[in-house]
Amino acid sequence: MMDAESIIKTTDLTKKYGAVTAVDSLNLTIRRGEVFGLLGPNGAGKTTTTLMLLGLTDPTSGSAEINGFDCTRESLSVKRMVGYLPDNVGFYPDLSGRENLIFSGRMNGLTEQECADRSKELLERVGMTYAADRRAGTYSRGMRQRLGIADVLMKDPEIIIMDEPTLGIDPVGMRELTALIRDLSVKDGRTILISSHELYQIQAISDRVGIFVEGKLIACGKIEELGKQLQNEGLYMVDIRVEPADDVVADKIRTIEGVRAIGKRADGSLHIESGRDIRKELLTLLLENDYTLTQMHERGGDLDEIYRKYFDKAGENNDGTSTDGGKDGKKGKSLKDRLKAF
Amino acid sequence: MNSVRFMIMLILLIFVTFASFQGAMSNLAKAIEGQSEFSFLKIYTTAGSSTYSFAVFMGFLGPLFGIMLGFDAINNEQAQGTLNRLAAQPIYRDTIINAKFLAGATVIFMTVFSLVGLLCGVGIYRTGIVPEPEAFARIVFYALFSSIYVSVWLALSIFFSVIAKHAATAALSGTAIWLFLTLFMNNVAQGLAGAAYPLTGANAQANAVKYYALEVGLSRISPYYLYSEAISTILNPNLRSLNLISLIQQSQNNAIVSYLSLGQSLLLIWPQVIALFALAAIGFAAAYITFMKREIRA
Repeated sequence: MMDAESIIKTTDLTKKYGAVTAVDSLNLTIRRGEVFGLLGPNGAGKTTTTLMLLGLTDPTSGSAEINGFDCTRESLSVKRMVGYLPDNVGFYPDLSGRENLIFSGRMNGLTEQECADRSKELLERVGMTYAADRRAGTYSRGMRQRLGIADVLMKDPEIIIMDEPTLGIDPVGMRELTALIRDLSVKDGRTILISSHELYQIQAISDRVGIFVEGKLIACGKIEELGKQLQNEGLYMVDIRVEPADDVVADKIRTIEGVRAIGKRADGSLHIESGRDIRKELLTLLLENDYTLTQMHERGGDLDEIYRKYFDKAGENNDGTSTDGGKDGKKGKSLKDRLKAF
Repeated sequence: MNSVRFMIMLILLIFVTFASFQGAMSNLAKAIEGQSEFSFLKIYTTAGSSTYSFAVFMGFLGPLFGIMLGFDAINNEQAQGTLNRLAAQPIYRDTIINAKFLAGATVIFMTVFSLVGLLCGVGIYRTGIVPEPEAFARIVFYALFSSIYVSVWLALSIFFSVIAKHAATAALSGTAIWLFLTLFMNNVAQGLAGAAYPLTGANAQANAVKYYALEVGLSRISPYYLYSEAISTILNPNLRSLNLISLIQQSQNNAIVSYLSLGQSLLLIWPQVIALFALAAIGFAAAYITFMKREIRA
């Protein structure tokens, strides 16, 4: 955590709205040049955190620092270095895309000539040249989002903070946008903080991920590390589907050493949790007892499983991760406790 | 400035200007009977048989113009999603609201001075009367006071645009207050004054002066009343007082025929002008403070 190259650093950052604690003593360090994914369900406090980083909202207690500047008291210096792409970014509908960019450039103290040159170059980069002189009011959501990235780049920021950048964008647009964002880090060497509730997108983009639930950062690190941390805890999870799906199969599996829990999902598949890798024994057992294995899916190694639990808990329904509609509140809770342990 | 509503309002104001001018022309001869000086000012204050005078129109429509310029200043930025983008730029937050007010005030000053100037020019052309330097100075002050008066309503509507989430709510709130203060405040003042100091019964005589003082005092809460007092004095050098004396004067059919100098007229209405200015400042301060304290999020 004590990296010399840290560029964003929050210390016990807390924000309360009345009795509700939106962000609860957040300690977060982001290193220069990395893409950091802030992952959490809606209402977890992601947007509030980004607003405090920009000085748009004052923290109740604690502090945040970007590049050595205090985000609350020196917000002007911070805003000079940091580009912010809000979710659902808006533009003046009566101005063209190009004019909107020039307006932002002027507010950042660029001369008219610089504005013209840079807006042209950036429109090219985000692939919006064809619509540059149309009124921004006619843009689709994907176009607005791309123009938003160009708008952020007008001030040539060291750090870019993006709030749900791909919300409500079709898969093709999403892919383009993801590549574009990745480019900003790899080619330009900018630090990017991206908040989202879309797991796969975060996985594809980020160097490191922080999982944010109810105002708390409950896990933070590289994606592989997070998965490993889980397995180190001695938790292996396997979903299987067998034929015939009778009632005795679960009892038989329970005889394998190390099996902790077996649950039956509504669709007939079985969920097995164990303290060690039991896959070989499981297959042998099924074979011996004349069952046919039709599906086997190892879980727990990726964030999917962890994350889905928090989504279930927050009452969210994410179409990307809810492929197996099994809801088991108790298990989710124990999982959360396990996660909190490290 | 290119927006539809600005054009509508501008066309409406120009239309009203000419209508009032025509009205004034038809009755001008009667109005300046027996007067040799300051007849040019009558163009602004004389009503036609079926139209109001320019001054009255300005008193009525000016506030609408101010409300129109300000009611969606902040909440529309928010609805468009441009406010947080704007706030994330390296500018101080108060720059946003200062700019909103100054832009509106600039438009108001330009529009009011243009209309007053237009009427002045057309007036010279059509009547052949050339305003004396003092009359001209009075017209300039008239335009200035009108601009401040409209700015009061601009500040108020910007305040509503900060506190109301929807532009429609802000517009309706502003309009409601405008209607109340302009049309009904005087009635309310009369009612309250009447309740406090009844003009009937044993103390009727003794109460008369107190009644009048209270009624005028309450009426002066309304910027419309303050503005009316200010401009009727500045446009009518004959008006020598704004208290009970003015009523007596009127009832005696302008007993004293002599004029106040410009300096004296200004002195007479200085409190009104300061009050108008203060109202604009208070409205803007309220908008400023609520905006600065507010959290900006989408």
